Amino acid sequence: MGELHSISTAPELAAAALPTQGAPRPVLRITPPSKWLELRLGEVWAYRELLYFFVWRDVKVRYKQTVIGVAWVVLQPLLTTAVFVLFFGKLAKLAPAGIPPLVFYFAAVLPWTFFSGALQAATNIVVSSQQMITKVYFPRLVLPISAVLGGLVDFAIGFVVLIALILAYGIRPGLAALWLPALLLLAILTALGVGLWFAALNALYRDVRYVVPFLVQFWMLASPVAYPSTLIPARWRWLYGLNPMAGVIEGFRWALTGHGQPPGALLLASTAMVFVVLLGGWLFFQRMEGTVADMV
Amino acid sequence: MSDVVIRAEGIGKRYRIGERERYSALRDKLAQALLAPWKFFQHAPRETFWALRDVNFEVREGEVLGLIGRNGAGKTTLLKILSRITRPTTGWAEVHGHVGSLLEVGTGFHPELTGRENTFLSGAILGMKKREIERKFDEIVAFAEIEKFIDTPVKHYSSGMFVRLAFAVAAHLEPEILLVDEVLAVGDIAFQKKCLGKMGDVARSGRTVVFVSHNLGAVTRLCQAAIWLDEGKTKLEGRVEDVVAAYVSTGAVETGERRWDGADRVPGNDKMQLRAVRVIGPNNEAANRVDIRQSFWIEIEYCVLKKLTHVRTALRLQTSDGTIAFTSADSLDDAWDGVPRPPGVYTSRCEIPGNFLNEGPYWVTVSADIPFVEPLFYEEGVVSFFVEQTGGVSGRYPERWPGVICPALKWQIQQRDFSIAETRDNS
Repeated sequence: MGELHSISTAPELAAAALPTQGAPRPVLRITPPSKWLELRLGEVWAYRELLYFFVWRDVKVRYKQTVIGVAWVVLQPLLTTAVFVLFFGKLAKLAPAGIPPLVFYFAAVLPWTFFSGALQAATNIVVSSQQMITKVYFPRLVLPISAVLGGLVDFAIGFVVLIALILAYGIRPGLAALWLPALLLLAILTALGVGLWFAALNALYRDVRYVVPFLVQFWMLASPVAYPSTLIPARWRWLYGLNPMAGVIEGFRWALTGHGQPPGALLLASTAMVFVVLLGGWLFFQRMEGTVADMV
Repeated sequence: MSDVVIRAEGIGKRYRIGERERYSALRDKLAQALLAPWKFFQHAPRETFWALRDVNFEVREGEVLGLIGRNGAGKTTLLKILSRITRPTTGWAEVHGHVGSLLEVGTGFHPELTGRENTFLSGAILGMKKREIERKFDEIVAFAEIEKFIDTPVKHYSSGMFVRLAFAVAAHLEPEILLVDEVLAVGDIAFQKKCLGKMGDVARSGRTVVFVSHNLGAVTRLCQAAIWLDEGKTKLEGRVEDVVAAYVSTGAVETGERRWDGADRVPGNDKMQLRAVRVIGPNNEAANRVDIRQSFWIEIEYCVLKKLTHVRTALRLQTSDGTIAFTSADSLDDAWDGVPRPPGVYTSRCEIPGNFLNEGPYWVTVSADIPFVEPLFYEEGVVSFFVEQTGGVSGRYPERWPGVICPALKWQIQQRDFSIAETRDNS
């Protein structure tokens, strides 16, 4: 029956077709999930190009879908700011003196919009990518990371507007502005840390995503977005300071305008907490990763 | 001697029933924790189901392995485990080399993005680097034949265009090990041929391929070895022809007959249902071995449920390597031409003359349709039979004459000219 198969594996032909012949081959061992916790950091780095593509896809799709396109990225935080200025500032008289209300609110709304958007996107992305997850392998961690990073593009555009606004009011940011990248990083890590927990929980129990908007609302009220942190009575200041986003928002405002409190010891405490949450979220997510393809 | 590139030992996969259908709500779990805390800590014994059980095999470099079996046998689960999409419950596997898996056409495509953007996205998801996609971009577009529409959003594509582009991207994946799951079962005939051609190229280029398909002809053509999975266990493994022949003749081994009364799935619809297919020998009984010299019948028994006109049943005979011997339909029976068939049980019997088919195994595919209107049923490989050499046309000779058929044709020898022979003798 040999003649029936015209598949010839002439060695020269095979060698020419596979340029990696001779190079050491990666060996993969596929095993059942172990009882112990595994942290596979190197894998995410190996898939960084895919991470870029996911972020690129989300940004492109988001901008293609709205009629106004890029303008919405700026309009949305500006409109929120306008509402805050009107209701919290003028009517509730929560805005402090010494800083234009528009700047006071926009400098807080911008990082907050990034954080809440990133958290919600991270929560939902695993379930909404379920079709892909059951058909192709890549470290699932790439998904929530791409969800959080996707918000940075919108943030960057809004940031340009914020700087323009600040300069227009005659405020000159000083050296304190060097704090900004660190604060932004803290916001990213908080969104990712909490997002990983919720992404995993959402894959297991589908009603979790309905809880997140409420949580975000409450969290916003617990952060100095609508009001300055001086409003908090002194004896509760320590509890308040444990909220990492409190440190981020307050620090953001201070770094750009000099108004408010500089980052203090409490920020260090909340940063430590963020790392604990992030590590826990990472482990929990990888644990869930093994079973998500079976359930999703 | 080529190296082993995939080795699997004791692979098993267990699913808990209910895990796939329903996902619980956190509020229910919390409510349960509050109302009946002891239950929260107990693990309710859940029914389990083993999709795979103790599967062992080895694949050598450059080998093309076919994975066949009924739906639900565990073929896709095994591919998913080898692709790392899901993890095994027991056992382990070792894979040497980069793996690319094609379990679906169009993975990662987003309707809002253009064909160009989706090519990059899908390529990246499947595992290609950006540079690689850029290099192959023109080839991919040419293979898909959509040069004109490459910059239109995919949501405007017809389903045919979508499949062509999706397959074109997948076809240009060049991993050392390729795992393919029935991806070729989409698209029109011309495109399927193109895909098979491309699969053939991949197979010939020395790559290792594991190929899951119900298209037994494609499996036989492309693979050298095959594994038959049945209910999660390896039923048979070996050379592709042997495994495919064994798989196809299930249910018809002893009697040359296959019936569907009382089966869970009866082929057909509300108009017509297939009841049985049998090979009938000269003694008017079902047989699975026939004499090469003698004519025999293939009978299709079916149930007409509504009054039908212009319906026809057809059969197709294929050899073990998938070559089609012939196709024929009962519309050739003039007696029923244009005559409506009232509801009832019918048999359509086809007589296959003796000294026609060549010796060897054949399998039968049956179908029924209302031409140009509606297909009614289509069942591949329902029965198989073996044509025995008992002294037919080539019977005197030690070797089988190549060819699907071995008809008794008329040959005539005539002497023309005596003179040439004499001249040769003289010189």
